[in-house]
Amino acid sequence: MNPWLVYALSGVALFSVGLVGLFSHQHVVKRILASNITGSGVLLVLVALARRVPSGPPDPVPHALVLTGIVVSVSSTALGVALARRMARLQAEATHSPEHEPRSDGEGP
Amino acid sequence: MTSVAALMAWPVILPLLGAVLALLVGRPGVRLVAGVASVATLMASSRLAWEVAHQGVLRQSIGGWGAPLGIEWRADGLAALMLLTIALVGPLISVHALDHLGDREDREFLPLWLFVWCALNALVLSDDAFNLYVTLELTTLAAVALIAVRRDLPGLDAGLRYLLFALPGSLCYLLGIALLYGAHATLDVGTLAQRVQPGPVTWVAAGLVTVGLCLKTPLFPLHVWLPPTYTGAPTPVTALLSALISKGSFYVLLRLWLEVFAPVLDARVGQLLGVLGAVAVLWGSFLALSQTQLKRVVAYSSVAQIGYLFLVFPMATSGARAGAIYLVVSHAAAKASMFVAVGNIHQAVGITALGGVQGLAYRMPFTFLAMALGGISLIGIPPSGGFIAKWLLLNESIGTRQWWWALVLLAGSLLAAAYVFRILRGSFLPLPAEVKVRSIPLRNELAPLALALIALVLGLVPWFPLELLAIGASR
Amino acid sequence: MTNTWLPLSVLLSSLLPGLIIFLLAEEQRRTRTLLNLLAAVTKLVLTGVMAWGVFQGRQYETRLPFLPKADLVLRADSFSLLFITLSAVLWFVTTIYAVGYLEGTDHRSRFFGFFSLCVASTMGIALAGNLLTFFLFYEMLTLSTYPLVIHRGTPEALRAGNVYLRYTLSGATLLLAGVVLLYSLAGAVEFTERGALGAVAAHRTELIAAFVLLMGGLGVKTALVPLHGWLPVAMVAPAPVSALLHAVAVVKAGAFGITRVIYDVYGVYLVHDLGVMQPLAIVAAVTILFGSVRALQQGDLKKRLAYSTVSQVAYIVLGVSIFGTASTIGGLVHLVHQGVMKITLFFCAGNYAEELHVHRVSELRGVGRRMPLTTAAFTVGALGMIGIPPVAGFISKWYLGIGALEAHQPWLVVVLLTSSLLNAGYFLPIVYSAWFQAPREAWKPSPGRWEIGLLLLLPTVATAVLSLAAGLFAGAELSPLGWTRLLTEREFRP
Repeated sequence: MNPWLVYALSGVALFSVGLVGLFSHQHVVKRILASNITGSGVLLVLVALARRVPSGPPDPVPHALVLTGIVVSVSSTALGVALARRMARLQAEATHSPEHEPRSDGEGP
Repeated sequence: MTSVAALMAWPVILPLLGAVLALLVGRPGVRLVAGVASVATLMASSRLAWEVAHQGVLRQSIGGWGAPLGIEWRADGLAALMLLTIALVGPLISVHALDHLGDREDREFLPLWLFVWCALNALVLSDDAFNLYVTLELTTLAAVALIAVRRDLPGLDAGLRYLLFALPGSLCYLLGIALLYGAHATLDVGTLAQRVQPGPVTWVAAGLVTVGLCLKTPLFPLHVWLPPTYTGAPTPVTALLSALISKGSFYVLLRLWLEVFAPVLDARVGQLLGVLGAVAVLWGSFLALSQTQLKRVVAYSSVAQIGYLFLVFPMATSGARAGAIYLVVSHAAAKASMFVAVGNIHQAVGITALGGVQGLAYRMPFTFLAMALGGISLIGIPPSGGFIAKWLLLNESIGTRQWWWALVLLAGSLLAAAYVFRILRGSFLPLPAEVKVRSIPLRNELAPLALALIALVLGLVPWFPLELLAIGASR
Repeated sequence: MTNTWLPLSVLLSSLLPGLIIFLLAEEQRRTRTLLNLLAAVTKLVLTGVMAWGVFQGRQYETRLPFLPKADLVLRADSFSLLFITLSAVLWFVTTIYAVGYLEGTDHRSRFFGFFSLCVASTMGIALAGNLLTFFLFYEMLTLSTYPLVIHRGTPEALRAGNVYLRYTLSGATLLLAGVVLLYSLAGAVEFTERGALGAVAAHRTELIAAFVLLMGGLGVKTALVPLHGWLPVAMVAPAPVSALLHAVAVVKAGAFGITRVIYDVYGVYLVHDLGVMQPLAIVAAVTILFGSVRALQQGDLKKRLAYSTVSQVAYIVLGVSIFGTASTIGGLVHLVHQGVMKITLFFCAGNYAEELHVHRVSELRGVGRRMPLTTAAFTVGALGMIGIPPVAGFISKWYLGIGALEAHQPWLVVVLLTSSLLNAGYFLPIVYSAWFQAPREAWKPSPGRWEIGLLLLLPTVATAVLSLAAGLFAGAELSPLGWTRLLTEREFRP
């Protein structure tokens, strides 16, 4: 078995594990983490692909793609976590003071 | 500067500039900046469409690298038509958003919408599979921020839900693209089209790409996130999601399928997508019929209307392609007008149930007219863009001897008629005395009307868009 | 020489005023009435010019680009002129009637706006030069009549509107399927004398399937049994709407479409050859008898008239679905005659309801003394429907009878005679009791000089006179009969 294939297959495995996690959990943070794992799996496949021709230097294109992919993944995780945090705060406020409008932050419909 | 590079760059750069500037200037100037950026982008998009109509397909390599290495951009008739649709429909929705959202949201909504616009325009012009991934993600991220713009619980919940379905969608797509790159060492769509061969790698890649994009669009049975997201988001954002953003992923799917995958896949895969589309039409319409909330009826109708789009895959002819694109465009206008009209009703009477329509024809005649014209286009009754799309698809289904799709189209129209008239018929009833009507600004009434008129005009002069979208249809 | 603007202007002469009327405020009664009448007169003049031109052999065609391989075509041939002239004349009188009838009620701008759109759609149907154009206006007609049916806004009206939509939209679906089938078979089928499908005559199965779909779709508006259910329910609409729906717009659009399909799409020889004519004739015959029997059972005057329409419109279908010149003439001329006579009857029913609040047949005793002119008009219409000379209805039935004999289908003569007897059965008692029986209690005297407002009386009398004139002067070259004979000869020229 080629070494690159090992990496690629582990990537696919990570991808699958992440997907299962994404759709089997209810908790938002767990789902964000699962999507992170899914993303890492894909990126691992891409890194492995750079080495699929064993001789010569590795293919630079997948590396460039992986860099971009990491940036995208970081931003989407950040966005997800930020939303989840604010939601948790709003929910906490709503449960602590029931008469308090959970919408107070917005300005009506 | 009228080089091809500039022609293609302006529709992407201008909304981006607008978005950044709007973020910087803050409250006092945000509307002005956004307005100027919108007009400028509309002009740039029209200019590009004009050139495509007269010169044919335009191509450009970004950064000066050639096709296999660098990123290719390509403007064909379809891309030009999409640019025009976004440039006309989006700003009209955002006009409505000005008064629908509060002052503070204004400051954030407008730049975010300009980001979405920039990402969508880049997506439409990309001819590189990985670049398409990046633009898809940019659209998603900006859209999530838009959904949560009000920072209230329903909005945040809807935004997270959307993000957590869109992310795996994009990642499936990315894995598919990675496989394709591994097998064919190219990301350029045109080169891919020449190199793909039938085989397991292609099939798995096509499957991943298709599932990922179906999840984002969404196609039945992956639509579960749509109704809660569409109802939780502020109405103008829902309009953007349904009219434009969901069309972005369908656009990618349509191009990759018709240009890359269709020749190397078993015809039965296309049939499967068609069957899912057909189920979406019937199931979505049925659910729309059983809703009691105005916004939910319109939201479920999107499930059904997206279903029609997938009938293009089993037919896979140029006529069916034209029909699906025509539906993308006319649905964008019609559905946006419906959502915006629903927003007006909420704003004016504060009723979210179907009964809020009662007396609408007297209270807000323009909103009513917009709703009626938009509804007619959804059903597919002439004169409307929806009818033209239905006509084209019907013709192809008979022409390719797949008459069962014709049955789906016709049954779908009848169901659509049922839920549209369920909304509309109350509008002639006398206004209930106990309902207090808040007056809403005239421009909020005119925005949906303008959107509905776009759907109407699409039904009156279909030859122009049809000629445009035929440019560069086959590579 | 082809005139390209006249067909479009005929269409616009009611479309534009319709759109302007929507923008008028409710109080602008004068402007609205003026605009209505101006539009109606303009249309009459334009139609007259065009009729004269077509008579002299001129061509009128507006062609607009629409879809690839399918233009929007508006063309005036002799058949469309038959329908246009009928619509233009009857629209004019109905407009006057409606102005009087709706005096002082709510939402008149909306009413007259949709009223004009409805007439514009009818004009489009009449002028359509191919099936696609026909379909566009056919759907527009559905949409513009729906608000008229639910105009009163009562729960009953809304229910009727639902029934109306359910029927017409289902019909439209069938029609669209048929149009698409033909389109994929033979391209945009332009209406041509003696048919346009000669080149694909070998595809018998597809042609028959398309024919059945088209007839199913058109049969809904024509109210052929068993697709007639919407018509009696739609009676809740205001009287001028019923008049228009029954005499000109909706049912006639269906009958006109059926005729177009048989003669100018398929061609009468092809339809005969496909063997689909006889089944259609049987459906029409069943409808004639069914409508008459149901009419006999109705106690409500408008309902009785509605079922009478079901029966009478089927005469048109019967005429065009018997192979032969005489029956075709009978069917086509009935398109005009039934229109004029039925609108008279509906005006009368409206007058009785408006002036005396009489809705039921049994309440009409002695009404002749209180409203002699209306009752005289009603008598003319009723006698015409039965087919008694010299009223126009006699001419239609005479030709239909001869046609049935020519085609060696004597059973149809039996159908015609039975129906006439039934017609007499449900009309003559009304006429008798109106004139010769004493009223149950004295009628409330009329406040004005006439038995009812002139705006309501004049249209009623005018259409009654027209019904008489069409029968008395049937021999003239430009009478409905003369015109249809000309038309029919062309369709049967081998």
